[in-house]
Amino acid sequence: MDSPEQPPRPGDPPVVPQQRAGEDPYLRVDDLRVRFDTADGVVRAVDGVSFAVQRGRTLGIVGESGSGKSVTSLAVLGLHDPKRSTITGQISVGGRQLVGLREEEVRRLRGRDMAMIFQDPLSALHPYYTVGRQIAEAYRVHHPRAGRRAARSRAVDMLGRVGIPQPARRFDQYPHEFSGGMRQRAMIAMALVNDPDLLIADEPTTALDVTVQAQILDLLADLQAEFHSAIILITHDLGVVSQVADDVLVMYGGRAVEQGGVEQVLRRPQHPYTWGLLSSVPSLHGDAAADLVPIPGNPPSLINLPSGCAFHPRCRYAARTDGRSRTEVPSLVGAGEAGHLVACHLPADTRARLYREDVAHAGVAR
Amino acid sequence: MVRFLVKRLFSATLTLFAVSVLTFLMFFALPRDPVSGMCPKNCNPERLERVRQELGLRDPLITQYAGYMKGIVTGRDLGSAQGGRCDAPCLGWSYVSNEAVFDTIARVLPVTLSIVIPAAVLWLLLGVGLGMVSALRRGTWLDRVAIGFSLTGASLQLYFVGAVLLLVFVYSLRLLPVPSYTPLLDDPVRWASGLVLAWVALAFLFSAIYARLSRAQMLETLSEDFVRTARAKGLAKPRVYGRHALRAAITPVVTVAGLDVGAALGGTVITETTFGLNGMGRTAVDAVRAGDLPTIMATVLIAAVFVVLANVLVDLLYAAIDPRVRLR
Repeated sequence: MDSPEQPPRPGDPPVVPQQRAGEDPYLRVDDLRVRFDTADGVVRAVDGVSFAVQRGRTLGIVGESGSGKSVTSLAVLGLHDPKRSTITGQISVGGRQLVGLREEEVRRLRGRDMAMIFQDPLSALHPYYTVGRQIAEAYRVHHPRAGRRAARSRAVDMLGRVGIPQPARRFDQYPHEFSGGMRQRAMIAMALVNDPDLLIADEPTTALDVTVQAQILDLLADLQAEFHSAIILITHDLGVVSQVADDVLVMYGGRAVEQGGVEQVLRRPQHPYTWGLLSSVPSLHGDAAADLVPIPGNPPSLINLPSGCAFHPRCRYAARTDGRSRTEVPSLVGAGEAGHLVACHLPADTRARLYREDVAHAGVAR
Repeated sequence: MVRFLVKRLFSATLTLFAVSVLTFLMFFALPRDPVSGMCPKNCNPERLERVRQELGLRDPLITQYAGYMKGIVTGRDLGSAQGGRCDAPCLGWSYVSNEAVFDTIARVLPVTLSIVIPAAVLWLLLGVGLGMVSALRRGTWLDRVAIGFSLTGASLQLYFVGAVLLLVFVYSLRLLPVPSYTPLLDDPVRWASGLVLAWVALAFLFSAIYARLSRAQMLETLSEDFVRTARAKGLAKPRVYGRHALRAAITPVVTVAGLDVGAALGGTVITETTFGLNGMGRTAVDAVRAGDLPTIMATVLIAAVFVVLANVLVDLLYAAIDPRVRLR
């Protein structure tokens, strides 16, 4: 398998070169805000996030639990209960505006134009129905004229395409008769059965063995080349991001703290939180004796977000902002290179110096 | 699947055997003398002893048990005092009511079946339906009404609900006749009108439990990952709820329903007494009161058969619903 240190493999066909930026993005999210009113108060799970993904490209969304990654993706699919959540901003999929669209119209897009792969395929597949039947069902809901047989052969075909041996026999088996990796393949087959233009993968490899993880990531890359779909990959694993993503969005406390191309964010990270994430990943090329540096503290409560920069209580450099990090929410601004954005009060030259002195030399930068 | 069934039936037979031995031992081994109960005051000891001999009560317990079981399978000769030849399945002779126990059972069992089966259909439909609706409409007035209904049902007693129903529908409004049992095949309308209050009373109390159970199960299932997957596929809500969620939520309901129906078929004493119907429950209670041992044996055994059968049925339903069960 590829070591996670390698940048996105330039030889791979799915990676559309950055020059194609002229193409309209398939998914465009602008100032997305998702709010849940709970008994304990208002949870601002996503608070003003913007990003775009073109077909054939992969956006990695990175962050700790509770940073708003999954809430963002469920909002794109329109899966939040409108009675319990408030969604504002714009979500445009293939040119259609989804926020405020009638549930029935979003439902028609779901599974056909945009599909999702979940973290734990054992709980995400229905335990009482055969794998094949669940895939065929996903096909038939968007192809009402397709007969039982057509749906079955389509499902068997997809099972074969995702690398499941003896797909015709596996069609009639139940999820518990599949291994973890095979289950995730089946899940991918189900997501791709209608040839969606947007695929959201929420921690697709977290529940799997390390060896199987690499296979699943390769499979996703191959299928992206074949189907030319836009992919959002949600993960907390920067190794995975460096392997498959073209662009990266780093989220903290429901906001984007840094975003840009994968090279920019992983090789020239600008935000102290991104530095922390990188420093807590073991490196194959670094000094084996060097300790991993965890980020101190815990992710913040979304009900009671720290004032100012939500990261300031855990930030080693918060004191160098003249108190602004406590009082003022930093806005996402250009970090020098085109497309590279960061939300941090530290002056750019201070950041560059701190990164050189404190982070880069520790052997964690790629 | 066949092996699963054979295994379950085998263990069901074993259970029934154990129940029969225990019942036999408990009643026949107790220091209670059925013969002195049969005979009024002035029976001389010689006569009592002769009757004991005739009834086989002086035989070893094993011989008596074997005779009883043989009677069930092949029939037996009970002697002229007990109606002579008793065909299989022979459940013995009641020296209290002076008839073959089988005849008693044949008379009262249909009454209990007629009460319990329609009531069970009603309470399942009503209970599960209410539970599902209130789970899907959680927090609305509909949910609150359903919760209130089930709370009321869970706190009331059958004899109270039954008495109120009788007072309103029979004695005040005179919409229904006084409850009585007419065989279904003789006159379906009279069968139903004579039993409908018993069904309603039973269904009201039981559906309360089922509404709460299925509401809780449905709410739990709705938060499962596979329900989210079903929605992410683009399935419409009726299909997500009706097929994906309901099938998973229904399994615990099936278990409880099996046990409840099995137990109720063994006799619904309070319902039968409240509505003046003579079913298995009242027969069993009367037999215990009168020390009518063969009838007690029969009612206990039949109740056990229903409970065991209900359990086998629940297992089969489980295997049909959940493929993971079939592996065992």
